[in-house]
Amino acid sequence: MGPVAILLLLIVVLSFLSPYFLTPRNIGNILSQTAVIAVVAMGQHLVILTRGIDLSVGANLALATVVGALVFQVTDSALMVVLAMVVSGGFVGFINGSVYVFGRLPHPFIITLATLSIAKGVALELSGGRAMPGMPEFIRTIGGGTVLGVPGSLFVVVGIAMLMLVMARNMVWGRWLYAVGGRPEAAVQMGIPVKWVLISAYTISGLCAGIGAVLLAGRTDAGSPLFGNLLELDTIAAVIIGGASFLGGRGHIGHALIGAVMIGVIRNALNLLNVDIFFQLIVIGVVIVLAVESDVLRNHLEGRMRVLQAARQQ
Amino acid sequence: MSGSMELKSSSAPVLTVQHATKRFGPVLALDDVDIQACAGEVLALLGDNGAGKSTMIKCISGVHQLDEGEICLNGVPTAIRSPGNAREAGIETVYQDLALFDNLTPSQNFYAGRELSYPAWLPLGLRFMKSREMERVTAEVLNRLRVILPKPDATVALMSGGQRQAVAVARATVFARKLVILDEPTAALGLREARKVLDLIAQLRDEGNAVILITHNMEHVTELASRAIVLRQGRKVGELLPTKENQQELVSMIVGA
Repeated sequence: MGPVAILLLLIVVLSFLSPYFLTPRNIGNILSQTAVIAVVAMGQHLVILTRGIDLSVGANLALATVVGALVFQVTDSALMVVLAMVVSGGFVGFINGSVYVFGRLPHPFIITLATLSIAKGVALELSGGRAMPGMPEFIRTIGGGTVLGVPGSLFVVVGIAMLMLVMARNMVWGRWLYAVGGRPEAAVQMGIPVKWVLISAYTISGLCAGIGAVLLAGRTDAGSPLFGNLLELDTIAAVIIGGASFLGGRGHIGHALIGAVMIGVIRNALNLLNVDIFFQLIVIGVVIVLAVESDVLRNHLEGRMRVLQAARQQ
Repeated sequence: MSGSMELKSSSAPVLTVQHATKRFGPVLALDDVDIQACAGEVLALLGDNGAGKSTMIKCISGVHQLDEGEICLNGVPTAIRSPGNAREAGIETVYQDLALFDNLTPSQNFYAGRELSYPAWLPLGLRFMKSREMERVTAEVLNRLRVILPKPDATVALMSGGQRQAVAVARATVFARKLVILDEPTAALGLREARKVLDLIAQLRDEGNAVILITHNMEHVTELASRAIVLRQGRKVGELLPTKENQQELVSMIVGA
């Protein structure tokens, strides 16, 4: 409940600080800006649940928008463009997971940092380093338009959140994800296919980056190799601020969503209050430190409680 | 589970290991060892550190494979190539580190890796869980074993050492159809908690399982075990019925004095 309370408090304080904050137009702004972070953060959240990290999401998203723009040059089919972006994202994610698992890397940090560079490079190479304007109308509507008066991106966010909720809570796969994050050695002993669980988490994170690419390309009506800068920061921050644990196995999709809205609200408020963009980076960084520290503290306290409880029962 | 009761009632050897030999490079960890475990009895596997008892149980539970020798279950030679294989064959192991997931509840721990789920035609990972049924069976088993948890739906992270041990032992009982192996189940426990686990082991035995117990505590051996096998430097150096009187003899066998 902590993160929700903080978010509500934030909203109340900000509505006093700025008369524009609670206007429908501004709320619409926050939602459409948050949508990309939210979708990608939901994928990031799965990876963090397994004690991992996906640093490649921003570059992955940029590459996907470029791939989408290129496909749009040869076909008018919105479906093909969407498919190209999502598959491109999923492919990079699959590479992340496969190299991490089968390459027996000590930590996913290294491979996802490498694919960050590779995806960015490929995106720059394919696009010639320039933005590529033009997206099918369907994608523009999803990313930046409204359907029945509701931002199109909201449908995407809600749809993915519901799908992930079912996958994480009702499917065996979801249970395995938590088991692998909770105790990887025990997961092996219990016969859980740990390698495939990990690969699937990274692949889905990549797919989410691809879906995020659809939203961002739609909103800006373009593909660009420069999209998604620092998106890894925003999404990791969203997951941790939202209340999931960096130590793995703890958290749910709501954490990623609440965290994404918090990041969106903080960014929006700093804009409304005319805080300059350089200072915003500092604020976000400080918020991440606070969130990670509270996560560590929470786990420490839990350990202490267990010792106390055990001592009482002796 | 219900169909396996008739297997448990016989006292024929459930597990027979013959001529077990295992090398790790130049080290001969097991040298032509024979052991037998029967339904309804507790077999104590004793030995100093490095005697080969852990190697033996790891070969039975599928973590390692024997270089030479044969493992028979109910008289049938059985190849055990992985922990999954062993569990399918009805062998459950309570590892020394318990292999519990701190972030999951007892029922989620019980069924980790073998969740009750549907529809059967999908691969296990893609199926939907039958959570309520898993919770029901878990509550039943904990109740039958008289394991009392303050909050049965809470994650095991906040449970005491004894409660965690009880959950791990209870998990083994749900799925054990032939053999339960316990590796130093009381090593990290206080007196009262250890008592509780010993009672659980006795109950497992009385329900007709063959139990292999590894421990350094001679009191527990004389109390529970109907046979003790002593290993030293990879060889079987003795097999006897442990009593209070021959406890000293057992200890000398273990240390080789």
